Amino acid sequence: MIGSDLMVALPEVMIAVLATALLMIGVFRGNQSASSVLMLSVVSLMLVLAVLVLRPSDQGGAFGGLFVVDGFAVFMKGLVLIGSAVAMLMSLRYLERAQALRFEYPVLMLFATLGMMMMISAEDLLSLYIGLELQSLSLYVIAAFRRDNLRSTEAGLKYFVLGALSSGMLLYGASLIYGFAGTTSFQALASVFAELSVAGEAPSLGLVVGLVFLVAGLAFKVSAVPFHMWTPDVYEGAPTPVTAFFATAPKVAAMALFVRVIMGPFGEFVGQWQQILVFISIGSMVLGALAAINQTNIKRLMAYSSIGHVGYALVGLAAGTEAGVNGVVVYMAIYLVMNMGTFACILCMRRKDVMVEEINDLKGLSKSNPLMALVLAIFMFSMAGIPPLAGFFGKLYVFMAAIDAGLYALAVVGVLSSVVGAFYYLRIVKLMYFDEPSEAFDQPIGGEMVLILAGTGTAILLFFVFPGPLLDSAAAAAATLFAG
Amino acid sequence: MTSWPILSLVTFLPLAGVAFILFIRGEPDLVARNARYVALWTSLITFVVSLSLWFGFDRGSAAFQFTEYAEWMPGLGFAYSMGVDGISVLFVLLSTLLTPLCVIASWDAIKVRVKEYMIAFLVLETLMVGMFCALDFMVFYVFFEGVLIPMFLIIGIWGGERRVYAAFKFFLYTLTGSVLLLLALLAMYFESGTTDIPTLLVYDFPPAMQTWLWLAFFASFAVKVPMWPVHTWLPDAHVEAPTAGSVILAGVLLKMGGYGFLRFSLPMLPDASVFFTPFVFTLSIIAIVYTSLVALAQEDMKKLIAYSSVAHMGFVTLGTFTVTQQGVEGALFQMLSHGVVSAALFLIVGVVYDRMHTRLISRYGGLVDRMPAYALSFMIFMLASVGLPGTGGFVGEFLVLVGAFQVSTWVALLAASGMVLGAAYMLYLYRRVIFGILSKADLKTILDLNRREAVVFAPLLVLVFWMGIYPMSFIDIFSATVANLIADHEQAMAASGGGSMWAVLWTAQ
Repeated sequence: MIGSDLMVALPEVMIAVLATALLMIGVFRGNQSASSVLMLSVVSLMLVLAVLVLRPSDQGGAFGGLFVVDGFAVFMKGLVLIGSAVAMLMSLRYLERAQALRFEYPVLMLFATLGMMMMISAEDLLSLYIGLELQSLSLYVIAAFRRDNLRSTEAGLKYFVLGALSSGMLLYGASLIYGFAGTTSFQALASVFAELSVAGEAPSLGLVVGLVFLVAGLAFKVSAVPFHMWTPDVYEGAPTPVTAFFATAPKVAAMALFVRVIMGPFGEFVGQWQQILVFISIGSMVLGALAAINQTNIKRLMAYSSIGHVGYALVGLAAGTEAGVNGVVVYMAIYLVMNMGTFACILCMRRKDVMVEEINDLKGLSKSNPLMALVLAIFMFSMAGIPPLAGFFGKLYVFMAAIDAGLYALAVVGVLSSVVGAFYYLRIVKLMYFDEPSEAFDQPIGGEMVLILAGTGTAILLFFVFPGPLLDSAAAAAATLFAG
Repeated sequence: MTSWPILSLVTFLPLAGVAFILFIRGEPDLVARNARYVALWTSLITFVVSLSLWFGFDRGSAAFQFTEYAEWMPGLGFAYSMGVDGISVLFVLLSTLLTPLCVIASWDAIKVRVKEYMIAFLVLETLMVGMFCALDFMVFYVFFEGVLIPMFLIIGIWGGERRVYAAFKFFLYTLTGSVLLLLALLAMYFESGTTDIPTLLVYDFPPAMQTWLWLAFFASFAVKVPMWPVHTWLPDAHVEAPTAGSVILAGVLLKMGGYGFLRFSLPMLPDASVFFTPFVFTLSIIAIVYTSLVALAQEDMKKLIAYSSVAHMGFVTLGTFTVTQQGVEGALFQMLSHGVVSAALFLIVGVVYDRMHTRLISRYGGLVDRMPAYALSFMIFMLASVGLPGTGGFVGEFLVLVGAFQVSTWVALLAASGMVLGAAYMLYLYRRVIFGILSKADLKTILDLNRREAVVFAPLLVLVFWMGIYPMSFIDIFSATVANLIADHEQAMAASGGGSMWAVLWTAQ
């Protein structure tokens, strides 16, 4: 039995084993092995990705229903693995320059990735919590990784305190749900709720309170309003490649978890959670759009931008339909690619070997480094949701789901806040293209950065030519959540 | 009839030029020169290819022609579907004609970042042509909104002093309208199950839904046209844009709004269109009268012509919503002639701006002494803009007034007063710039049109007279489509028995 369970969780097992092995290499060979450990971590992630993709996607449950592998999980895990690998690759040069390259860094990222994959596959409130904590604890440490840097340690501490609070809320919600429903298994919860709804009864107040706490904890992890306060500080304070990591893989994982929890056990009670989600979605979109306008630090700006993007993704979830989940999946995939590319650009913003983070430093980039300016402009227009770039199609999908579900007000607020949001994305384009250049950034930016920029930029620009592969696999992934 | 995918060819040929330009390397001067030539040849070839539409178009038919179809997002039912009918085919030609003229007009005027400039224009051409050809609403929307990106860059990079403000205003105004259009589009998609335009044209939307859809459409198209009171982005954008940018803006981009009304609002939402007709008439008449008065007070030549564009586009919306054969034909004709005439007028301003680097009317005067050929071309385009018989401007405005007269005498009367005002501000402008005494020192050495500029104006002059003297060669192309549109509209109205907002409010009382 245990053998077949382990086979179902093969990608997770592989990461755990590889991470431990790399930890051993690091411990015994010391810090000079750090860069090879990092490269090996990237290779291991790619290896796991290959295993993940090549296996048949529908593996079913394992470990007594604690863990499930379906098409949705495989797709989201694929995104997480790509996001982690790219973030790791982008870190190498930064850490070398900052003399902060230690072997613990890639190992911690591997463990965080493992936690994310557990989250995505969680089929029980307990395995959910374990995955979430494994991820969060690793992330707290990585946020404070530059321990000689005041801002970095502050970011780590802030993230830890607030993260612990949200984990507490989530756990409290889970315990209430357990207390009132008598089970923590998603499937069992789903059948409990199905019975209730067949009987035409409303869930007990305790269950609703538990659901609210659970949603609050999850909203914190995806940094949705009103649980977003940590995001700008942590994004700004954390080392830039870590911020790049925070903005991509964990967001995707947390969103996947959110979808699974809300659509799985609580799917029957759309009425109970839809208004909460509509509220946090509107809040995130509006705050993300308005608060970003006055930012001068690009990492802070990206923090608000990511709050806004989470709001758009939640539009799809608020719809509570298969089309909505499909929208979330498509949105997160495109969001991941855009953000990886944007952060690769941010990591290239250095003068005389010092990172600069003010958006004014981008002035006149189109003259000093036309290609980088072009790629960043593509990302900005895409994030603003202007067709034919990929970001438009992400928004299209979630708004389609909202209209289909009759959430017209949400859709109208959403598109209007996307216009407000367009303003600050355009401001970056303006700085790069309309203003006179300031000092140029350091060249060359490095082969791996060129590769990442070219890859993500092309993907976003030409997505509309070949939308099929992503859209089809996303639709298939979303469909598996509704198969049962 | 060819089996070539002629519309896709016209649409995407400019992108081939972009690819060429991207590969140009070397000395900056050489790069600029080559970029200019590549852009010129690409746009000329595109124009020549697009001429096959003119010759191959079946004038007796109201159906979509040269259709193409390919799967795009089969999961959702969006398809890459292209085709033109009488309404759209001439806009395609207008776009492909104006682009090479813009390239020539920018030949010496643009000195910095020539490569990027030419790329922006060619991309813009692709998006404009694609928008007029799209037969799938989603494809239309992608092109429609995609236009914002190159235009934003053109205004912002190569524009005048307040270019940043103008570019942002342009972008955000139009984007606000467009996103509401997107929601309306999605609502229509879920109601009818398709985004195929020919199918949507005959689909009956419930009247209650039509009202909301119409308002969303209006938000988008009225900003694009632009109608009073959402026209304020236009003077800013025109004044700050480089000459060629203004030409495309006035020549083609404004037509996207008028085209939207004709293609979507009117045929797809007949009940709501009739319901809102008094509303549109009111705004159109305000646009015609008020912006003409505003134009009279302008100090800046480009701003004056920008306001005159708002007034002229008021005729277009007026004619469209009369839903009479003459009115709609007049609206279409007015759009085409305005596309030519206002483009030409912006080029006219560009000529003296290139020499003097000012657009202030008070800085000129007596130019006829030094620039006779310029004065003559200016006069012809100015009179065409005023609507002198024999020029293209007359036919459009006359047909619109005939259409309006059948609907309401008062509307026709007020709109006709706009023609008088139009004559006033244009003649006043002409007098101040061209006539008078050549007293300003720096004007005494100004040179007349050079050969490059003459080449730009020649085709436009020919067109202005052709449209004025033998308008049938253009009207023939769209009259069948317009007749079909009117017939469908009357059939829909007979079926639903809806009325305008006045009638509805009246009976409610």
